[in-house]
Amino acid sequence: MKDAMPELVAEAGQQIPDAVSHSPLAIRGMTVSYGEEPAIFSIDLTAEPGAMTAIIGPNGAGKSTLLKAALGIVRPLSGAAMVFGKPLSKQRAHIAYMPQRASVDWDFPTTVIDVALMGLSRELGLLRPVRARHKARALACLDRVGMAEFADRQIGQLSGGQQQRVFLARALAQDAELYLLDEPFAGVDAATERAIIDVLKQLRAEGKTVVAVHHDLSTVSEYFENVFLINRRRIAEGPVGTAFTAENLQEAYGGRLAAGQIEQLVLGRA
Amino acid sequence: MLLDALLLQLGYNATLVALGAASLGVAAGATGTFLFLRKRSLVSDAISHATLPGIGLAFIVMVALGGDGRWLPGLLAGSALSALAGLVCVNWLTRNTRLAEDAAIGAVLSVFFGAGIVILTIIQTLSSGRQAGLESFLLGSTAGMLFSDALTLAIGGALVLALALVLRRPMIQVAFDPGFAETTGISVSRTDFLTMTLVMAITVVGLKIVGLIMIVALLIIPAVTARFWSNRAEHVVALAGLFGGLAGYVGAAISATAPALPTGPIIVLIGFALFAASLLVAPGRGVLAAAWRYRRFQQRLHLRQGLISLAQGQPVYERLTRRLLRREGYLRADNVITDEGRARAATVLRDEARWQAVRRSDSLALLAQQDDGMTDIASVLTSDQLAEIDARIGGPKAVTP
Repeated sequence: MKDAMPELVAEAGQQIPDAVSHSPLAIRGMTVSYGEEPAIFSIDLTAEPGAMTAIIGPNGAGKSTLLKAALGIVRPLSGAAMVFGKPLSKQRAHIAYMPQRASVDWDFPTTVIDVALMGLSRELGLLRPVRARHKARALACLDRVGMAEFADRQIGQLSGGQQQRVFLARALAQDAELYLLDEPFAGVDAATERAIIDVLKQLRAEGKTVVAVHHDLSTVSEYFENVFLINRRRIAEGPVGTAFTAENLQEAYGGRLAAGQIEQLVLGRA
Repeated sequence: MLLDALLLQLGYNATLVALGAASLGVAAGATGTFLFLRKRSLVSDAISHATLPGIGLAFIVMVALGGDGRWLPGLLAGSALSALAGLVCVNWLTRNTRLAEDAAIGAVLSVFFGAGIVILTIIQTLSSGRQAGLESFLLGSTAGMLFSDALTLAIGGALVLALALVLRRPMIQVAFDPGFAETTGISVSRTDFLTMTLVMAITVVGLKIVGLIMIVALLIIPAVTARFWSNRAEHVVALAGLFGGLAGYVGAAISATAPALPTGPIIVLIGFALFAASLLVAPGRGVLAAAWRYRRFQQRLHLRQGLISLAQGQPVYERLTRRLLRREGYLRADNVITDEGRARAATVLRDEARWQAVRRSDSLALLAQQDDGMTDIASVLTSDQLAEIDARIGGPKAVTP
């Protein structure tokens, strides 16, 4: 498929293939390099609409880099991402993003509701005052993750799991069609994991598309229907049933997973 | 005398200086906050030091063109251009070499400042006796400030302040979470550049009063002072403007009370006084509040440990613990447990037993992670879960001494 589509920009008279124009997120030939060592190499990814896809792979496989490149946070050396068939820069309003918790300073002077309101920044623009309805929407998003009662807390006073939920609330406030999440379950308590997965399943029920970097192989088949295995290169992509196989895991993780472990994971899936 | 100065009764010049310094202080405090929140405070130091060669070069150019070398707008334009050059150097070095930003700042700051001093020295020699007076830009000078100077400060300050308020949301977003900001369509690099431009403008405007060495204090100290008083970025910005304006106004007034007092340094010292006071007395983040909280926690901890010891019939050795137990009425003066102490110890013992049951329970074991000895179990378990646990371990047992 990649050979058929060296460029994402349609030349005059050229058709963009359906897979790209219909997918909430289509990445083609994306390479990101820090220095002269590609962190990800020539990645193709096509997210299925209305489904949850887990990006999995070992540490340093380029999972977060792939997400950041898809979002334009890091500049790819080659390749591009299309969102619902159009370039990313035209589709910002349809994308919500939840970064890793460790990526910000939690001592920053801001409160829980202020962070949720940041999800409305496109709507508020530079000067529009924050009105009661904006606050109500931010509170509703906080409520969905069970954080409404903490609205006026300084964010540094929250536990790790609560911080993660506030980040999810901010993404919810963006009211998007495509949700890109970077390790939403990393280092959270069981209650938070439950709360987050419930919200993600609601999103899927609403027909939204979720793509999440995920590190916990034991929950992949329970939480997600699609997987994307990466180790700098694309290893496999597709439904859990066909892509989350012992062979592919072995290929992605190399010697890092014991054979018994892999067997257990693959057998354990529903 | 000081009161006269604060009430603007010390004459025309002093009034001009006080009002000019106040408006500079407000604008610098508010603008500097965005730099502080972005954790790039030191960049302002590089920017301010990089103004110096521009001042000297502008002087030379204006003299060469047959004009007055000391024409203020010309000098300020020159300083802005070389500050921009310094900023570009810092950004370029950070982005394209392996130098970290602090190293890039150090390099740019010293090189530009050194070049500036050399140029000023050359001017000194060339003007052969005719005083150029450019040194006043190092430490600032308010002697003989004109109405037009004060007006420049007020208008420049107001303009920068207005721009900062318009750009506050993207600047705060970028400072908090640049990655997220980028995905919402805010350009991080453009926002950073605008922030730096505002800082540069303030630096140039402030050269006349506080000088290039101390402008950094006016940008940063109000911001860190304000941080003690608020946990919301927009409030920190407003408070920093207030503190900056206060420092500028009071500092200028004080320096007007005696002829030999330099305005810029006094403003900086007033700013520092506000900072020191906030550091001490601010609720929440202040040193005293933190010490008080620590003491309270220590007391709660000792009480709890003491009660556990009493409940288990062990002697309490620590004097602080005994004193606290006596103060609460759990121990008599002769260190014998009271009825109240017995009752309290029984509930503490029950909570300990509850935690143990939680640790051993299959379904609740995860919650036991929250047991740090001090967390109230009722805040972790629901009342249903508590009832279930209590049914398992039975009610509180009496404590016998």
